[in-house]
Amino acid sequence: MSTADTSPPPPAATASHRRPFALLGSELATMFRRGRTIVMLVALLLVPVLIAVAVRLTGAGSRGRGPAFLGDITDNGLFVVFTALTVSIPLFLPLTVAVVSGDTIAGEASFGTLRYLLLAPVGRVRLLAVKFVASCAFVVAAVLAIVIGGVVAGAALFPIGPVTLLSGDTIGVGEASVRVLLLAGYAAVSLLGLCAIGLFISTLTSMPVGAMAATVVIAGVSQVLDQLPQFDAIHPYLPTHLWLGFADLLRSPILFDSYGQNLLLQLAYVVVFGGFAIGRFTTKDILS
Amino acid sequence: MSGPPAASPVAADTPAIVTNGLTKRFGRSGARAAVDGLDLVVPRGSVFGFLGPNGSGKTTTIRMLLGLAAPTAGDMRVLGVDLRRGARALQEVLPRVGALVEGPAFAPFLSGAANLARFDAADPTSTRATRRDRVHTALDRVGLGAAAGKRAGAYSLGMKQRLGLAAALLGPRELLVLDEPTNGLDPQGTREVRSLIRSLAADGTTVFLSSHLLSEIEQVCTHVAVMRSGRLVTSGPLDRLRAEGAPRVRVRTPDAERAISTLRRLGLETERTSADELDAVLRPGTPVEAVTAALVSDGVRVRGIAVGGASLEERFVELTGEGFDVDG
Repeated sequence: MSTADTSPPPPAATASHRRPFALLGSELATMFRRGRTIVMLVALLLVPVLIAVAVRLTGAGSRGRGPAFLGDITDNGLFVVFTALTVSIPLFLPLTVAVVSGDTIAGEASFGTLRYLLLAPVGRVRLLAVKFVASCAFVVAAVLAIVIGGVVAGAALFPIGPVTLLSGDTIGVGEASVRVLLLAGYAAVSLLGLCAIGLFISTLTSMPVGAMAATVVIAGVSQVLDQLPQFDAIHPYLPTHLWLGFADLLRSPILFDSYGQNLLLQLAYVVVFGGFAIGRFTTKDILS
Repeated sequence: MSGPPAASPVAADTPAIVTNGLTKRFGRSGARAAVDGLDLVVPRGSVFGFLGPNGSGKTTTIRMLLGLAAPTAGDMRVLGVDLRRGARALQEVLPRVGALVEGPAFAPFLSGAANLARFDAADPTSTRATRRDRVHTALDRVGLGAAAGKRAGAYSLGMKQRLGLAAALLGPRELLVLDEPTNGLDPQGTREVRSLIRSLAADGTTVFLSSHLLSEIEQVCTHVAVMRSGRLVTSGPLDRLRAEGAPRVRVRTPDAERAISTLRRLGLETERTSADELDAVLRPGTPVEAVTAALVSDGVRVRGIAVGGASLEERFVELTGEGFDVDG
C-alpha cells in the first residue's frame, strides 16, 4: 500500500472540475419535482387568470379604481400581465420566494438531509451557492408563471392590440411583448435581495417555517417603512423600495434608470446577506 | 460499489482514525463537556465498536470526526488526513468515507433512488456516468432493489434504515462510520446488516460502529472503545477486554440441578442463566477439562460447554456504571 502514496487522484476527481453545475441540476430537479413548488407556481399562474375572468365577467369599471392597468384590460389583453404583476409584486411573489428561500438550508436541516449532503461532501459554500441559484431559478419560474397565465388569459378573453404607453405613445404588439418581458425581468430582479435574505435566515434555524415567516415579515416591514415619511432617510436602502418602480419601462423612450438602480440595490443585498450566510453557515455546528 | 476500493493513498498501517485530546464543550461558558480529552486510535481494517450509554458523547465524537461540528480542542486525523486543515481536508477525506449518522434522513417526496442520486450528486468526486448503476447496486446490496422507485416518505422504519446504509455505500469507501445501524430493523434485517458489515470488513473497509447495544458490538467487532460521560474508559481489541475479566465456563445441560451441585463441589461460583444453562467462574487450578470430567462422571448430560471471558455485559456495566442512565 505504501507504494501507492504517490498515486494520482482518481479520474473522477478531475472530471468534477469540468462540471461545477452538476449539483445545480440535481437541486433544480428536486425543487421543481416537489409538490409544493408546483402548487405555488400554479397559484401564481392563476392570479392573472382570476383577474382576467373577473374583468370579463363584471366589466372594467371606471379607470382609477383598483390596481393599476385594471381599467385597460378590456381594451387590450396584454394589460392582464401588467395588472397581475403589479398585484403580485407586493405580496404573492415575496410570499412564494420566502417559502423557497427560507426552506433552502433550514428545510434540509429539518429533514436531516443537511448532514448527509455535507458528508457527501457538498462543501458548505457550494451548497449555499447552489441553493441561492436555485431560489433565483424559482423567482424566474414564478414571474414566468404570471406572464404565461396573463398572456394566455388575456389573449383568450380580450382583444390583443397596440398598447398605449404611460407617455401617450402607442406601440405594436411585438414591442409591447418586449416590454412585458422587461417588466417580468424587473420583477425577478426585485426579488433577488429577498432570496439572499431568506437564505441567510435559513442558516439560522432548523425550522423552515420559522425562516419562511421571518422572510415574509421582513418583506412586509420593509414595505411598511417605505410608506412612512418619518423613515425617508432609509427609504432608498430598503429592499422593497423600487419594487413598483417599473413605470419607466412603460414609457417611450424606455428609461432604464430605475432598472439599474434596482439591480444595484438588489445586488448589494445579495452581497451583504450572501456574506452573512457564508459567515454563519461555514462556522456552524450541524447538530440537526 | 463500482469496484474494489481504489488503492489507498495512505499506508495500511496508518490508523483509520486518530484523535488527540479531542474535546467538545457546549453551553455559553463551555461548562459542559460532551467529549472530554478523547484519545482514540481506530486501526485500519478493524471493525471498531464504539460503545457507551446514551448521552456519553458517541454521536458528538462522530460529528466532529466527520466535520459536522468543530472541536473545542484537540486534533483528529481521519484516513491520515489532518482535519485541522478545515474544509479542504474534509473535501479530501469525506468522499472516501461512508456514514450513517443519527439515523437515516431523506427528502420524503423523492423516491429512494432519487434520494441516493441526490446525495451522490453532492459529492464533487462522484461520476455521473456511473451514478445510476451505483445507486442501484447500493440499493440491491441492502435489499431495497424492489422499492427503489417508491417515495422515501412511504418507507417503513426498517426500509429507511436500509436506505441510509445504501447511501453510505454509494462509492468505494475506505471507512464506514455507522451510528446505530440496526435501529428499527427486525431480527432478519439485523442479521443482514451484521453480515453486510462482515463482508465489507472482509473487503478491507474499516468499520466504525457506534452502538449502545453490547450484543451488536460483541458479534461483529474486532476492537472496542467504551465511552462514559465524554471520556474513554477503555479501548482495545475485543478479546483483550473480554480477557480482562475472570474466565468463565458455560454449560448447557438438561440436568441443571445436578450440574450446579457438581460445580459447587468443585468450588466454582455458579449461576443459572436459563432453564438449561449455567455460568460458572473458573478458578486457577480448575481447568475446563476437569470440569467436564467431573460433570460426566456425575452423570450430567452435557449438551454444550464453552469457555469465555467475563461476559462483556458485566465488563460493560462495570465500566460505564449500572444502568443506561443518560448522562446530563
